[in-house]
This record gives sequence, C-alpha cells and structure tokens, in this order.
Amino acid sequence: MAELQIDKNRDRIATYTIQTENDIVLARQYVRFHAKQFGMGIVDQTRITTAVSELFRNMYQYAGGGDVYVDLGDFAGHHALIITCIDQGPGIENLDQAMIDGYSSGAGMGFGLPGAKRLVDEFSIESEINKGTKVQVVKWI
Amino acid sequence: MKKWNDNIDSVLQEKRIPIIKIGDYLIVSIQIDMHDKLAIQLQSQILAEIGKTGARGVLIDISVLEMVDSFIGRMLSGMASMAAIMDAAVVIVGMQPAVAITLVELGLEMPGVDTALNMEKGMEMLEKRLGYTYRKSQ
Repeated sequence: MAELQIDKNRDRIATYTIQTENDIVLARQYVRFHAKQFGMGIVDQTRITTAVSELFRNMYQYAGGGDVYVDLGDFAGHHALIITCIDQGPGIENLDQAMIDGYSSGAGMGFGLPGAKRLVDEFSIESEINKGTKVQVVKWI
Repeated sequence: MKKWNDNIDSVLQEKRIPIIKIGDYLIVSIQIDMHDKLAIQLQSQILAEIGKTGARGVLIDISVLEMVDSFIGRMLSGMASMAAIMDAAVVIVGMQPAVAITLVELGLEMPGVDTALNMEKGMEMLEKRLGYTYRKSQ
C-alpha cells in the first residue's frame, strides 16, 4: 500500500508524542476535539477517536511510542482530517496478515488495524523491518 | 521531561473508580476516559469486590463514555466472563448510540455481555435473571 497523495491545501494542525499510556488517552481526546472543531458529527467523531486509539496503542505496545501528526487537507475531492502515526519500532513482518481480523502477534485481540481501517474513509500503512511503521488514516469532513 | 511525565503518571494512577454496593448488587459508574492500566485495575477491583461481598449482580454505567475501543471492550467482556464464574451477572448500561455503532464497525463482539438502555432497565434485567420478583411500588 502506497502513501496517500494528499498535498492540496494541507495544513498541519497539531503534533503529539505518544510515550505513556496516558498520552494515548490525551492524544485521542485532542483528535476528538479537532474532529468536532472541523464539524464532524458525533458518530464520525467517535469513529475517528476509536480508530486512532487503536493506532496509538499499537505504537505504544509494539514500538514503545511514536509521533502523531494531525493535518487538514483535500483528499479525493473531499475536505478531510488526516492523522499520521509514525514510529521507529520493529516494523510489521507480514502486513497482509496484520490486516486480517483476529490475527495478533502480541497480547492484543487482533482488531486494531483491520478495525481502525473499517472506521475511516481512507487507510494506508507502510512498514519496514527494524525501521518503523507509518499509518495514515483519513476521515472526510 | 521524562521525570515530569513519570510524576503525572503516578498521580493519574491514584484515580479510583468507586464501586457502590446496594443489596445484592454492585453499581459502577465510569465517568472518565480510562487509560489501559486503569481499565485493568477496575476489572480486578470489581472482581475483588464480588468476592468480598458475595454480590450477585454488577451494573456498569458507561453513559458518559465517549468511546469504547477494543481494549475497553475486551476488558468489559472479560470481566463478564470472570464474574459469571464467580456466580455474578454483569449488565452494561447506557451505551451511547455512536459508541454502539463504532463497536459493531470495529468488529468487536462482546460474548456474554448483557446490555440495557439505562440503569433502571438494567436493574430489572438482573432481578429477572436472578429470579427475584420485581416489586413495583404501588
């Protein structure tokens, strides 16, 4: 899966760092705040908050943390909120497998990545062994 | 910076979610956005309280929770299974519609978890389940 091409009118709204469990809680609350700020309805706010909560937890559990970028931009003709999660962790060995419901390499339930993908409008993931993982999710506004 | 974060964490971990006992029931109202450790802690706190009081039913109010992700969902369904082994029934009450929609889309099933629209209906459900006759005030 390639990186999503989002370059038109892209504005960086915020940057957060995930280092502790409490950072997961704070960052997802900030994401909900931005979703609300840009006029998303309550169900979409809940979808994007839940999706990023899964992604933030993955970063914390598997990579010991990472960085989160919140952008506002145009994507496929839609105004969108774009969340990018970048970690410098061990990377995901088998991306296809990681996207299957119920598959987990760790203590999780295996709904993290496939579940997050279902909750957003566009999803992309890149991973390199021993380098890290980059996940991007897009929710139309 | 690290030192400051550690300090914040230790303060946050002092947060406790109160468990109220009324008759044979335990009532828990989750009023904050829980981090994972707090969710795990609540799970063991409730189970310990069932063991201590011999409660037959647990009502967990999540009406102010703005999201339930796979971790919190798993904590809730795990707790229901564990409580069942300890002969107590768990009813989750007051889930917001947006949370219910998101949980289904996420693909998370919560086997063995009973839900009710509100605290009153949850209480009725528990009483029926435990074979008590529900007494309406006359």
